[in-house]
Amino acid sequence: MAKGPYSEKVMDHFMNPRNMGEIDDANGVGEVGNPACGDVMKIFLKISDNNIVEDVKFKTFGCGAAIASSSMATELMIGKNIDELLQLTNDAIVDALGGLPPAKIHCSVMAEEAIEEALKDYFKSKGEDPAIVDEMKAKIKKDN
Amino acid sequence: MIYLDNVAGTKPDQRVIDKMMPYFTEHYGNPSAHFYPIGREAFEAMEAARAEVADFIGAKPDNIVFTASGTESNNIALKGFLNHSANKGKHIIISEIEHFSVDTLVTKLISEGYEVTKLKVDNGGLVNPSDLENAIRKDTVLVSIQYVNPEIGTIQYTEKLGGICKSKGVTFHVDAIAAAGYVEIDVEKLNCDMLSIAAQNFYGPKGAAALYIREGVKLMGLMDGGFQEKGYRSGTENVPAIVGMGEACAIAKAEMAEYVPRLEKLQKKLWEGLGGMFDFLNFTGHETRRRPGHVSFWIEYIEGESLLMWLSLKGFACASGSACSSNILAEDEDDLVASSVLTAVGVPTDICAGSLGVSMSRYNTEEDIDKLLEVLPETVQKLCEMSPMYNRDK
Repeated sequence: MAKGPYSEKVMDHFMNPRNMGEIDDANGVGEVGNPACGDVMKIFLKISDNNIVEDVKFKTFGCGAAIASSSMATELMIGKNIDELLQLTNDAIVDALGGLPPAKIHCSVMAEEAIEEALKDYFKSKGEDPAIVDEMKAKIKKDN
Repeated sequence: MIYLDNVAGTKPDQRVIDKMMPYFTEHYGNPSAHFYPIGREAFEAMEAARAEVADFIGAKPDNIVFTASGTESNNIALKGFLNHSANKGKHIIISEIEHFSVDTLVTKLISEGYEVTKLKVDNGGLVNPSDLENAIRKDTVLVSIQYVNPEIGTIQYTEKLGGICKSKGVTFHVDAIAAAGYVEIDVEKLNCDMLSIAAQNFYGPKGAAALYIREGVKLMGLMDGGFQEKGYRSGTENVPAIVGMGEACAIAKAEMAEYVPRLEKLQKKLWEGLGGMFDFLNFTGHETRRRPGHVSFWIEYIEGESLLMWLSLKGFACASGSACSSNILAEDEDDLVASSVLTAVGVPTDICAGSLGVSMSRYNTEEDIDKLLEVLPETVQKLCEMSPMYNRDK
């Protein structure tokens, strides 16, 4: 069969999305939308007391690349600590997917942003200032 | 695979291909070379095809110019006409649901001093004839409105629109590319001065299309070159494809009466099947004034590209007008744009509509439609379960 516009990895995650669904007792939920195309991505996080991602689920309204990006993001998040989550960039998601067409890179950016929003919600639920996420993210960027 | 994207192009009829082949293998002469047999054979075959094309749309062979695509026919019609009548006026009227080859063309002309009115369509995709009547001004030189819209299937009141242009003395071009082979075309009844059709949209080959030009309508060719096609379209004609187009016209003329009612039946079956499927499925286009075998709709909560991809995995080829599915080869996300046709008929394309276009051909069977109706619910359900928008309000 002729190859489509997406890599095998993208097609695999599109057809068999990992960790799709919701977490009822999530302690961090992030939702982002792309005003240009209307995609909506939502990430549910369950972070343990020792700061490890115990469980993560996603729901996505969007194209093949958006679904695959969110699915891949959740795979990369499981078992990671908060520092590692903050270091998870859209580039890493694209690489793990075996690449995305240029016009679809924004889908991976949405996934990174959804993770950030979920972490902000997590800090908020703990009574902390969500701005800490931006600060930590900025620091990581600087260190790199 | 079940092919349901026939507005994008049809499977050529085997009789068309059989007729074309000798013009690759034996009669390969240049149709402008009249003084040896293989040139003359090519010429005669081309003229026979011209007669078939003319007969198919109620015209005379002399009024037919062969081109290479529907886009080219539209370009020669509009630019060729305007270049010739530049001094007569600077106002052009189109509808807001025209094909790119008309819409982008006239939009570019604005920078050359033209004024363009894009007539609104109602939610069914119809131009109101009285809107056209009111829009025509003293300096209006050209009206171009398509006969059938490929995305939503709507059949315009083209006869009426043409009648208005005729009575006001304004030149009227009809893009009939999505109509040919599905809706009867008669240039006299339609009151048009120019009309475009393309062979690949009705069981003919790619690479052959035609432009009808009424006597007395003057055009300036776009390409400098030889005297082919009376100078309207210089360049050696694609004889095999043109021969195929002639045959496609003859077949369509003879067989439409048989397959059009069959397509209408399948269309009704699909329409009714979809109607009861989800309360969040919305049809687009007009309920009755539709291209036979054409059904289009959008589904809330899910996105068009995902729907297309799943249907493709299940063996169906369809179309979507969602932004995400628009231009996968683009270098930039800004080039992903939702269909302006869907926006024009009131689809909220800003929320990434899960739009789908199903356009049947005379090869499709009742079984194809049964299968689609069987596969769609599970596919839509799968995508809904994944969507954060689904059940959000409940």
